[in-house]
Amino acid sequence: MSITAKSETPKVADAVAIRSWKMPILLGILSLFSVVVFIILGPSGTATFRISQDTDAWQVPDLVVPAKAVGALVSIIAVALTYLAWRQTRDSGKIAKWVITSFSVVFVIGVMVWIIGGTSTQNITLVGLFAGAMLITTPILFGAMSGVLSERAGVVNIAIEGQLLAGAFTAALVASITGNAYAGLIAAAVAGVLVSVLLALFSIKYVVNQIIVGVVLNVLVSGLTGFLFEKIMKTKVDGATIYNQPAHLPNLPIPLLSEIPIIGPTLFRQSIIGYFMLILVAALWFGLFRTRWGLRVRAVGEHPKAADTVGINVNRTRVINVLAGGAVAGIGGAYFTLVAVSSFSKDMTGGLGFIALAALIFGRWNPIGAALAALLFGVAGNLQSILSLAGTPIDGQFLAMLPYALTILAVSGFVGRSLAPAADGEPYIKE
Amino acid sequence: MSGPEVNKPAEEAAEPSSTPTSTSVPGAPGNPGTPGVPGAPGSPVKPEREGGGSQLVREIMSGNAMISVLAVVVALVIGGILIAATDARVTTALGYFFGDPTATFKAVWASVSEAYGALWRGATYDPGSRTWKGRLGIFETLTFATPLILSGLAVTLAFRVGLFNIGAKGQIILGATFAGAVGFLIELPPGIHLLAVIVAGAVGGAVWGGIAGFLKARTGAHEVIVTIMLNYIAVSLVLYLLKNQLKDPNSSNPISPRMHESAMFPLLLGPNFRIHAGLIVAVIAVFVVSWLLERSTLGFEYRAIGANPRAARTAGMLVSRGYITVMLISGALAGLAGVTQLAGTEKILDSDIAGSIGFDAITVALLGRSKPWGTFFAAILFGAFKAGGTSMAINADVSIDIVAVVQSLIVLFIAAPPLVRSIFRIKVARRVGANI
Repeated sequence: MSITAKSETPKVADAVAIRSWKMPILLGILSLFSVVVFIILGPSGTATFRISQDTDAWQVPDLVVPAKAVGALVSIIAVALTYLAWRQTRDSGKIAKWVITSFSVVFVIGVMVWIIGGTSTQNITLVGLFAGAMLITTPILFGAMSGVLSERAGVVNIAIEGQLLAGAFTAALVASITGNAYAGLIAAAVAGVLVSVLLALFSIKYVVNQIIVGVVLNVLVSGLTGFLFEKIMKTKVDGATIYNQPAHLPNLPIPLLSEIPIIGPTLFRQSIIGYFMLILVAALWFGLFRTRWGLRVRAVGEHPKAADTVGINVNRTRVINVLAGGAVAGIGGAYFTLVAVSSFSKDMTGGLGFIALAALIFGRWNPIGAALAALLFGVAGNLQSILSLAGTPIDGQFLAMLPYALTILAVSGFVGRSLAPAADGEPYIKE
Repeated sequence: MSGPEVNKPAEEAAEPSSTPTSTSVPGAPGNPGTPGVPGAPGSPVKPEREGGGSQLVREIMSGNAMISVLAVVVALVIGGILIAATDARVTTALGYFFGDPTATFKAVWASVSEAYGALWRGATYDPGSRTWKGRLGIFETLTFATPLILSGLAVTLAFRVGLFNIGAKGQIILGATFAGAVGFLIELPPGIHLLAVIVAGAVGGAVWGGIAGFLKARTGAHEVIVTIMLNYIAVSLVLYLLKNQLKDPNSSNPISPRMHESAMFPLLLGPNFRIHAGLIVAVIAVFVVSWLLERSTLGFEYRAIGANPRAARTAGMLVSRGYITVMLISGALAGLAGVTQLAGTEKILDSDIAGSIGFDAITVALLGRSKPWGTFFAAILFGAFKAGGTSMAINADVSIDIVAVVQSLIVLFIAAPPLVRSIFRIKVARRVGANI
């Protein structure tokens, strides 16, 4: 019965996709927005993008563009691409990928120029924008990778927030006690795994609804870390809170690579967590789509019964993946207390675990897609904090909404169709 | 399929078909998105049609109710262990455990009884307190319970249709925002003003819930994802409004001006207590939701959709309309919770108006086994935890976070009956619940 249900669902989706006008409509709305906002209401003057920092070895001149002219150009291209998308939809029902990609790129450029041109200073340092974005991107990305690992195997992971928080707390505690940041890092991974153990125990062994388990685990970890924070970390020994002064992970710049403008300071002047993150994304993508392990994991997530039939142990695969996801998210949590800030504070993850979930969905359960989504959300988040100081045409709160709004558009099929692995969230009971 | 007399036989026919569904393949086949919620459609709970009293008794006597009680006990025990383990007196006594083992047990007892004693007194009656409010904590319990009842009902109602409304938080915020806009921007005569505030709050919540229902019905977007995202959008939206249109001109913080007196719920027991007429709204809502689910045609459709959306569709029900309307009503209930928060206790709108109520609502609905009256009592229990937790934090120096730990443990244990059974070695005659 469940098989018939599943074979039917994609058919319906196809039928809808044959001539969906959602995308042309969306592009039309965005084009209209760009005409009105970029041209009619657009800022006069220029927008300056500072590429090099004063300390850089190679100096690249600043990029100065006239705001209104760029806005007009962006609007013209946007309207043209919308017309193309409309024609393609009418003729074949499908829109070429490059149309949507170039529309997104052009539109993002337009928004950036419009925002920067509208600030009081009319300039922005791109290095600051991207390097600062990594502070937000890194935990999102680790959280999203945790989600990729468990959801590709068919276990919904709403507990990312809890895994991050557990990692952040444990890393701070252990790094404070041992005085060794690497010990804190390992402990954080263990803490993430412990949260995952609960997730796996309840959702796989006791077959509790996975969403319920995830929601409850977040509350549990928040309460537990909050309680222990009050009881242990706030305890003063000799006038100092010794249990909340973690040692920090050093930055390890890579020679030469770290001197590349923008990319260098963003990617190659990081702590070990940052480099691990780059390797992890590549490894997960390769592992999932190019190895036997990945094929098995995806089979378990898409059609557990078939996987079981060919001799894959479904629940063992799921448990292993959920636990691995916990370790990854735990390390991401360690980033908060070992790299980003100097100590733990209550509920310090502040919903980034849910943005990670958003990145996972917006990136279509693909490691690279999720990584790019995490970068986008990180840049948007950092732009918001930069702009809150500069006075802008757009309120920072709307940038804060961006990840969530994009995710809603993605799951409802306006921005491509974001489909979860078929058996995501469904427990598997061997008959 | 319209009159109540048609409902009875139709439902009896539907029941047996839903029971094997849930025992053979969990998570309701045919709808991969439907969560198998305990006590929600799909679980083999037999409907009792004879008198209400005996039904209540039977529910309490049934294994499910016992599991709920045991889950609370186990969660409190684990909470107690945490409290004792982090108490300095206990760790000191442990230092000379082999010299004087009784000292350890005494310290553990002192630590746990102090904390839970303060919790109990804070939630019910504390003869030692100096203020009336502190002495009769039971009214604080009811004050905290009021928004929990309403938001718990919101989650419960959606559960019964097989939808997981995690968006109570956003719906509370939107409800409070709409209510606030009417409450402090507009002047109206007393009575009418409060009524307008209530309606506005319900509309605000319904809009936010309706978005999720509409997207679920029209595009198949998973309501869990959409409602989570809407929660965060709501926070940003209200922050924006509080910095601009709804800002208190006399304050530098993003908060609203105070509600007009005419827009506020009257206090039930005078100025010494915070308990307000919002509780009456909440109790009425319990009756209405109870009637809606158990007696109305709409409720019958809801339960049928929740049990098996494909069968409901075959039977000629509009599943998509069911999703939209239930999320509208669910959102309206959560919006009302926002109204009681704003017009009852907080009086000033800020971005944290929902607090933890949104997520507490989920735990309340689960503890209440997604039944209206179950939700009511669960909300009172969690209200007691909140009221008592405050007094515990002050009088026993135990952080209120322990309450969140206990609450989440309760839900975990309730959601996994086999675990509770194995802890207490309860034998079950009929294998139920393993599928939940």
